[in-house]
Amino acid sequence: MKILVPVKRVPDPATTIRVLPDGSGIATDNVKWVINPFDEIAIEEALRIKEKQGSGEIVMCSIGQASWQEQLRTGLAMGADRAILVKSDQPLDTLAIARILVKVASDEKPELVILGKQAIDDDSNQVGQMMAEMLRWPQATFASKIEFADGKCTVTREVDGGLETIAFPLPAVITTDLRLNEPRYASLPGIMKARKKELKEIAAESLGIDLAPRLKLKRLTAPPKREAGRKVESAAELVGLLHSEAKVI
Amino acid sequence: MSDVLVIAEFQGDRFPKTTLVAVNAGIELARKRGGNCLAVVAGEEVGAPASELAKYGVAKVIALENPALKNYLADAWADAIAGLVKKLGVEHVLATATAMGKDLMPRIAARLEAPMASEIVAIGDDNTLIRPMYAGNALATIEMDGPVKVVTVRATAFDAAQPAGNGAPVEKIPAEIDSAALKMQFVVFNQTKSDRPQLTEARIVVSGGRGLRSGENFKTVLEPLVDELGAAMGASRAAVDAGFVPNDLQVGQTGKVVAPELYVAVGISGAIQHLAGMKDSKTIVAINKDPDAPIFSVADYGLVADLFKAVPEMVDEVKKLKHS
Repeated sequence: MKILVPVKRVPDPATTIRVLPDGSGIATDNVKWVINPFDEIAIEEALRIKEKQGSGEIVMCSIGQASWQEQLRTGLAMGADRAILVKSDQPLDTLAIARILVKVASDEKPELVILGKQAIDDDSNQVGQMMAEMLRWPQATFASKIEFADGKCTVTREVDGGLETIAFPLPAVITTDLRLNEPRYASLPGIMKARKKELKEIAAESLGIDLAPRLKLKRLTAPPKREAGRKVESAAELVGLLHSEAKVI
Repeated sequence: MSDVLVIAEFQGDRFPKTTLVAVNAGIELARKRGGNCLAVVAGEEVGAPASELAKYGVAKVIALENPALKNYLADAWADAIAGLVKKLGVEHVLATATAMGKDLMPRIAARLEAPMASEIVAIGDDNTLIRPMYAGNALATIEMDGPVKVVTVRATAFDAAQPAGNGAPVEKIPAEIDSAALKMQFVVFNQTKSDRPQLTEARIVVSGGRGLRSGENFKTVLEPLVDELGAAMGASRAAVDAGFVPNDLQVGQTGKVVAPELYVAVGISGAIQHLAGMKDSKTIVAINKDPDAPIFSVADYGLVADLFKAVPEMVDEVKKLKHS
């Protein structure tokens, strides 16, 4: 099975986010860049599928700047086979990202596209679903379990009230949720092999797609800060204050 | 025409609070953009819920019917609703960012080649919308352009619509769906059974974290407090990952976002991603034996104590309060 794994580079989740005074973005001088944790889960799942089936090819794709090669090499070190970096310096909205990935998918013809449910910087949770619609493929979002049998894919999804299971034929788009798997670390042999694996660069502008953003960021601001609270000494004092001061019980 | 179409989810025989939040947000958006707010209820036979929704202040409710809409499936629903949007010529399509809203709306956006803003928390007067980014550590003011714009709203950011007026007209429209193109199949829904209030609707939420050490402790130590307060129960990611409680209890950036009147965090350290899911609660209480736990930075009242002693004490104090 050929599996396409779109991958985004994001600030490490533990980063203290500081909004720039001019509201144009966040300060990046203290940022450690990593593969979006949900996309890492997608790479891991692709590796497990390939290992279980005994064959296949895992192709990662990122849309970003040249420096994103570092994250693609990490994915190759985990075990992916090759990577595509679509280079762009302009801001791209989710529609443009989805269109680019659909073009890559149309060229690569994977049986499965698997990616994180959301990027932890933007938190949009749109690209996988947009890709599925543009391709007119089935989608299974927030996947916590994926199985293949008899030409069908069965996915259990984490939804609001519990777990929902759906089934569909391939090709399809799946987006990953936290509990799908725990990603492996790249091994030293993996890191060495990754250097020789193919990492192809393409210019986004060469794809013949309308990339003009239809959603524009006007400014970023820091959210209102909560006033500092206080410590209490006992459960009795706590309940008393919740009743008489906060008036919530 | 700057009309808004609200997609109204209903469960069984009622509209969850999250749907009434979407209606309220839709009415506000329509007012600010100079149009009307319409709503659509989709399913196999939805005349009754559509009439019920018509009492909540929208200009019109459409009952969009087709056997293929009996269960929610992304491909059928996107096809049906995108078709309706084109037919009505509305400018905005809006739903709450529930699991269904998140799954469906980007598909509708892609079909209509429309931009989409996820989980907005406020509507600007000047064609802008505000949405959180970076796990709620930044607020983005955004603007979309084009003939159609898709929006999901964060359930905790808007009040629920109240009954208003005599009831708007209801129009039944058969959904146009390319059934031959549908490939998805519903298999089963394993609902977490609970008699407690829903996390997203409760006035009080009591959440447990890794500090509780086991699912058994959630039952014997935390649940008495949850039930004494008539609260909903939530959990940190760590507690869910460890298998102490089911996934739908997770509060956080990628789980449920809640903003109840009272949020009690028990044995939760307060990772950025957890805070993202509860820091807009009106009153926050933290009980943790680590005085440096980040949760105390957002807590209005912090109790540094062993939860295995403090929580049963709290249960007793609440009982005393009720009987006094």
